[in-house]
Amino acid sequence: MVTSSWYLILAAAVFTIGAVGLMVRRNPLIMFMCVELMLNAVNLTFITFARDFADISGQVAVLFVLVVAAAEVVVGLAIVVAINRRWPLATADDLSELRG
Amino acid sequence: METAVFIVCAVIVLAGSLGVVLARNPVHAALSLVGTLFGVAVLFLNLEAHFLAAVQIIVYAGAIVVLFLFVIMLLGVDRLEDISIEPILGQRVLATFVGLAGFGLGAAYIATSVEGATISTSSLLRVPASNLHHIAEVLFTDYVYAFEATAALLTISVVGAVVMTRRAGRNRVTQTTAGED
Amino acid sequence: MSALVELAWLIVAFPLAGALLLLMLGRRLGEPASGWLATCAMGGSFVATLLVFGGLLAHDATERQQVVTLFEWVPAGNLAVDVGFLVDPLSVTMALFITGVGALIHLYSIGYMHKDEGFARFFTYLNLFAFSMLMLVLSDNLLLTFLGWEGVGACSYLLISFWFTEDANASAGKKAFVTNRVGDWGFLVAMFLAFLTFGSLQYGEMFFEVESNGVAASTASGIVVLLLVGAAGKSAQFPLHVWLPDAMAGPTPVSALIHAATMVTAGVYLLVRMNPLLAEAHGWVPDLIMWVGLATALMAATIAVAQNDIKKVLAYSTVSQLGFMFVAVGSGAYVAAIFHMVTHAFFKALLFLGAGSVIHSMDGDQDMRRYGGLTRLLPLTSWAFVAGWLAIAGVPPFSGFWSKDEILAYTYGENRLAWFLLLCTAVLTAFYMTRLVLLTFYGSPRWSSDASSATTTDNTASDNTISNNTATDNTASDGTASDNTAGAALPERHPHESPWLMTVPLVLLAGLAVVAGLLNLPFSSDLHFLEKWLSPALYGNAAHVPFGGGTKWVLGIVAVLGSGVGVAAGVAVYLRNRISPDRIEHPFLVRAWRIDEMLANFMGGPGHKAFQRTAQFDQQVIDGVVNATGTTARRAGTLLRSFQNGMVRSYALFVAVGALALMVWFIARAGM
Repeated sequence: MVTSSWYLILAAAVFTIGAVGLMVRRNPLIMFMCVELMLNAVNLTFITFARDFADISGQVAVLFVLVVAAAEVVVGLAIVVAINRRWPLATADDLSELRG
Repeated sequence: METAVFIVCAVIVLAGSLGVVLARNPVHAALSLVGTLFGVAVLFLNLEAHFLAAVQIIVYAGAIVVLFLFVIMLLGVDRLEDISIEPILGQRVLATFVGLAGFGLGAAYIATSVEGATISTSSLLRVPASNLHHIAEVLFTDYVYAFEATAALLTISVVGAVVMTRRAGRNRVTQTTAGED
Repeated sequence: MSALVELAWLIVAFPLAGALLLLMLGRRLGEPASGWLATCAMGGSFVATLLVFGGLLAHDATERQQVVTLFEWVPAGNLAVDVGFLVDPLSVTMALFITGVGALIHLYSIGYMHKDEGFARFFTYLNLFAFSMLMLVLSDNLLLTFLGWEGVGACSYLLISFWFTEDANASAGKKAFVTNRVGDWGFLVAMFLAFLTFGSLQYGEMFFEVESNGVAASTASGIVVLLLVGAAGKSAQFPLHVWLPDAMAGPTPVSALIHAATMVTAGVYLLVRMNPLLAEAHGWVPDLIMWVGLATALMAATIAVAQNDIKKVLAYSTVSQLGFMFVAVGSGAYVAAIFHMVTHAFFKALLFLGAGSVIHSMDGDQDMRRYGGLTRLLPLTSWAFVAGWLAIAGVPPFSGFWSKDEILAYTYGENRLAWFLLLCTAVLTAFYMTRLVLLTFYGSPRWSSDASSATTTDNTASDNTISNNTATDNTASDGTASDNTAGAALPERHPHESPWLMTVPLVLLAGLAVVAGLLNLPFSSDLHFLEKWLSPALYGNAAHVPFGGGTKWVLGIVAVLGSGVGVAAGVAVYLRNRISPDRIEHPFLVRAWRIDEMLANFMGGPGHKAFQRTAQFDQQVIDGVVNATGTTARRAGTLLRSFQNGMVRSYALFVAVGALALMVWFIARAGM
């Protein structure tokens, strides 16, 4: 029998992989994908708890996360495109212009 | 049955996410992401979130990943990234350590504290078709303001994306000079 | 609480709105619109005060203390201060005469400030002053009172040095400000002490605390003595009185409004307001207040005898009259203090405005030695002035007699020596006011070459007395110069009556100065209107005259005789020339007892050294601490800056580390 703990640990693993990926990869597109991984991990926990507590609100929260993730990807990719136009082949490390 | 599905999906999800992180080619990474998202969608089904499983496939795998691929192709950045070097001193070691420590802590906590065996027979879904009704009912009553706000958010982000990626027509000169200053 | 009392906020809102409007639009409105705007704001405030007064009258005497809270101002732990108004007979009485006299003086100023460059600026300050003064009076806690207290101080400073291009005016403003700061220190420390003792700054709560739990006599004495320091600063009591005579450098309406009628009475108001604490203090504290007042009254009266600048005489007279009020407070005669404050506001404002009218007609000359015989040329002014003179001199039935007599009666009950000295002061008051009136309005004209040629036998006139400036002639040589000095080169002058804008307030104030005694006639307890009205604010702490009607009559007659002697002596010296004025106008008095010189010597010598030590301490210890803080912050900043490297991935790592730390914290707390 699969308990909730399994789902949660799987989500934690995916989240960790996403977070480490965000920190070690330099390609902005891949960094975005890692963010998506982290968001998905969170979604998975939401849905697990929704079933645990028999509360539909968890699923609604996932719906919102989906929408926000979509918006984030749209804006983020637009930024990537805009940056690429100015500095082709830039990595995240090259973009330290905003340093104080 | 559930256990078998879980194990298969978990393997797919983990492999996909590792693929995202480790792939040198962004296109491969995007395809690995699709795998992960698909696995998560099946897990949603397993967790009786039928509607969200469908949305996950349609929105994530269908729209978002396609958007990623579009951008990759558009910019021609499907080159190989040299992941053998790390410019920031100690970044990789520290990141791995923090990640593992966080995961270890979290997993240990979940394993000991969360009472996982309480999953009853489907409480949410006595009738399978009612999952969508349930969500709709809550979404359009308790969360109606948040729902409207997300509508605004989407519109704003679309407008923002258009503004940012628009090629400067008349303004090109000023934009370039402003950028070069 | 009736709806009318709730309107109390309107009283302060009107002048504030006026000041803000003038600040924004003043230059565009120009003259005379800005003056009318300010006057209307004061008028509105007066009407609002009347409404509140009516609302308060509708209550029973026991319920005539209402707190109108607008909003919470300083919510800081134990210290909670509201912006609230204490509407009680005392504050409403103050507000009534502040807004009433204030409105008249605003009206007068429209005429007086005619063609002045800073016309709009003047009215902005005036309205701002009225706002601060009303805040001071109406506030329901010490902190808000202090806000008004500082506000009136700042406006006083701005208005004294209103014509700041003159060096003397600017330094007079500075002197007033600095002297007031000494007093403000007392107020502040008193406030801290009060908060420490009572845990609140609200009057009602403090007095309730005093009533229910009592307060140590030494604590109460400490607070009251510190408040006395503050009050002495604001109300120009010895030794902090030195700023008020110099404050006459400001425009005359300012002298009338701020430095005679309203602001300088704030100290008396404060002491009366705090009467429950006064009642708890040691016995020597009221005595101290009385003797400070008495010393001030007597000293200032002697100085006033020897001044030649018309405004200086009035200034010292104000200091002296404030001394009377302090004596009243010290004797526990709070009603008499407020009574005298009100009548004094009427007649002193009248005298200042009259003096302003005279100065106006003499093209800015303030030296009485170059006045004389003006009664034919300025009939309205002189008649109004005479009313004010008789009021301040204490001639019945003018208002000043009733209030001064009451103070004398209470003092008699308290201390016979004090009574005698105060009586001498009253005689001196009558004398110097007679001197002022005779020199200005009667005798032979000395203001133009034509008019004075007949009387001039004196060829020793020196050039320096001809100077037409408004600065004071405080030098000994001026004091000894004969008072009918007239040079050959006096400018052509055409004294004329002032415009109606200036005479209307004069006439109204003259009327008030004549009849204000009706507020509190001593003949029967039915006629003690003011006393009955004020009693809720005094908590039964007011003293009562310990002797019967017979003694009162005798005292009254003695007071009238005293005034008579003063007036007669004045007439003998200055109209009949029986005694040479030189024998009275001693240089020591002309120089105001050399107090300014003594202060300057002290501050230049030992004081200077003490200040240097303090400065050294400040530089090495206080600044050292401050600099160390700064250095530490800069070093920490340099250290932290290395984290701000612009690398998004590093930032992500920092976030992850932080998240990990939080996880550890939460899991540790969960008890794993």
